[in-house]
Amino acid sequence: MGEYNFASKEEDEKRGKVRVVNNRYKPSGIFHYISANTPIKNEEGKLMGVTNPRDMTYIHSYGGEGVFFEGLGKGKLLASKCENPDCEETGSIFMPFRIHCPDCLRKNTVVDITDRAKDNATVHSFMITERTGAFNTLPTPIKFVNVEFEGVCTILMGALIRGEPAIGLKVRPIFKTNNPEYIITDILWVPADWPESDLPEDYTSG
Amino acid sequence: MITFSDRQLKIPKMQQPVYLVTGGMSQFARAFPNKRTEELCIDALTEAAEFINMTPAQLKKYIHTCYYGHFADHFGDQLLGEAVIHDRLGLDPLGNIGIKTGGATGGSTLWEAYKTVASGYSDCALAMGWERMDEVPTDEGNNLISCAADKDWETPMGHIYTGYYAVMAQKYWQVFGKEEDSFRKTLAEIAVKNRGYARMNPHAQGPKKITVDDVLNSPVVAYPLLALDCCLMSVGAACGILADEKTAYEMTDNPLQIDVTAASHTLRVADRRNMEIPLLPNERPGQYDDLGQRFPGGDRYPGFTGFLAARMAVYYAYNMCGIKDPTDDLDLVELHDAFTISDIQTYEDIGIRPYGEGRTYVESGDCYHTNPHTGEPGKLPSNICGGLIGCMHAVGATGIMQVVEVGQHIWNRWGEMHGDEAKWERFGKQKPDDWTNLQVEGAKRGLAISHAGVGSHVTCTIVQHPKHVLERGD
Repeated sequence: MGEYNFASKEEDEKRGKVRVVNNRYKPSGIFHYISANTPIKNEEGKLMGVTNPRDMTYIHSYGGEGVFFEGLGKGKLLASKCENPDCEETGSIFMPFRIHCPDCLRKNTVVDITDRAKDNATVHSFMITERTGAFNTLPTPIKFVNVEFEGVCTILMGALIRGEPAIGLKVRPIFKTNNPEYIITDILWVPADWPESDLPEDYTSG
Repeated sequence: MITFSDRQLKIPKMQQPVYLVTGGMSQFARAFPNKRTEELCIDALTEAAEFINMTPAQLKKYIHTCYYGHFADHFGDQLLGEAVIHDRLGLDPLGNIGIKTGGATGGSTLWEAYKTVASGYSDCALAMGWERMDEVPTDEGNNLISCAADKDWETPMGHIYTGYYAVMAQKYWQVFGKEEDSFRKTLAEIAVKNRGYARMNPHAQGPKKITVDDVLNSPVVAYPLLALDCCLMSVGAACGILADEKTAYEMTDNPLQIDVTAASHTLRVADRRNMEIPLLPNERPGQYDDLGQRFPGGDRYPGFTGFLAARMAVYYAYNMCGIKDPTDDLDLVELHDAFTISDIQTYEDIGIRPYGEGRTYVESGDCYHTNPHTGEPGKLPSNICGGLIGCMHAVGATGIMQVVEVGQHIWNRWGEMHGDEAKWERFGKQKPDDWTNLQVEGAKRGLAISHAGVGSHVTCTIVQHPKHVLERGD
């Protein structure tokens, strides 16, 4: 991945971790490092302000989307489908995964669209940028692609990690099945005919 | 194909007319190491008071409720930043509340103030907006802005909001722009226009005398977007004072009627589903049946090429205010030109041009103060202040600044507010030798669009001279 200011392995090992026991969070380790404030002065030495260092680790629940993020590490692309016969939009398949149907608010059914994504996914739009924000881990330039699937009513955003994007390009997903991080970048995209031998480290076709 | 119910499409009906009494703004800049936010807000409120020959203390006596637009409090590491400003403005014991709707925060703040006056809860309300994005390094700022996208599905990809946005520009560029050099040049003309107008605005952060070639030769941000196609990141404040009719005429001889509407669409572009194009009063059924034939790939609505929230905000506003055709009924507009291409998309969403034909608003010269082809006044000048590209995008203040600007044209005081030598000097700027009064002569009615991110929230504000109010539809 990219050349970024990653924490050392030792720091990462000390970094706070969380388990859930009896439906309660059990944090352990170091969740923030404290640094001193420093003065901000102008060229004449006049005090203008101070720096306020902040270093925090958030604890975040995936709730009903957990099944989607867990699926990525297993090489599965799981969508959700409204099967409420009384819903005006019944039968809609959502990717991004939606826990509830946005129309009837009934809980959706999980459906596996991995094969559909492998066989029939195309780029609806794309963009390429060298710019990133702090905490980015994707290599630059980032090639964003919006991927359409047959029979799915929404369009997933992702990153094309090999080849050049174009509207209408056939693509296929690859998954971080080794050392998954359980975040959205566990799924990336390559042109449909890209060779298996040239995938990023830890990624496979699932 | 999703649809909306008749109740959802109901035209808003207000209890009583609402007036814009006055407004003001601070200077705008990329950073103010020498000023706290409250100092900028006090600058804005002081300008609003002086505009109607009051002291700030006199103006404050009229205010009954306060709405504060401040989008990104995580930039400032200060929750309840609104309460800090309220305290420093000395507005106890008034009820006050913070408003956050991304880039539309300024417009949404006015929307709330408008409704509280229209309902009779308050005779007079303050809408004050600001933003402070200079107190973190740029890459951390990019991350904080990207937190306005979906933190699970979008933010981890690059932590760069531009990435989530520019895919829409790419689609419009290919489908409706047909990747034509002439279209790319039209985009550049918007950047030249808005930066040029900003030269006449002492508040503006990004004035520049540039050419189309300068824009075309500027660095690529995300093709087709070039550096000079993009709006500014700004610090500053703006405010508006809204009142009912009786109170407004006690405060000034010359208040303007104001109406504000709002609409929304999906937070993630990914979730946009197909629907029929909702039609505006100047469009006819069947008009877009062949859109996909004329523009292959353009048959998906709103797809990645239209902003449903903008369309619906003006749908409510035009029908409420009796606007049949924005080009005929309005005299100027202030649009949310986050990028040149999104400016063109907005021309179509708000009915200045039909879908697919937005570029002709620029190419005809209609969008200019003075039409460069004819030398006559532009038919519907846009973004005379310089817009987000030339003047500023201090998020919570932007939508309010736009409305104050529209108001100053209708008040026929634009020249006074932008030409004042003392103001240029106070802001540490040299007034250009070729300074030109961009007052839109005879302006009676104007519109401002305030827009969030990929189109999650949009507001439409209509400002009308009370002697030239259109017959209302509500």
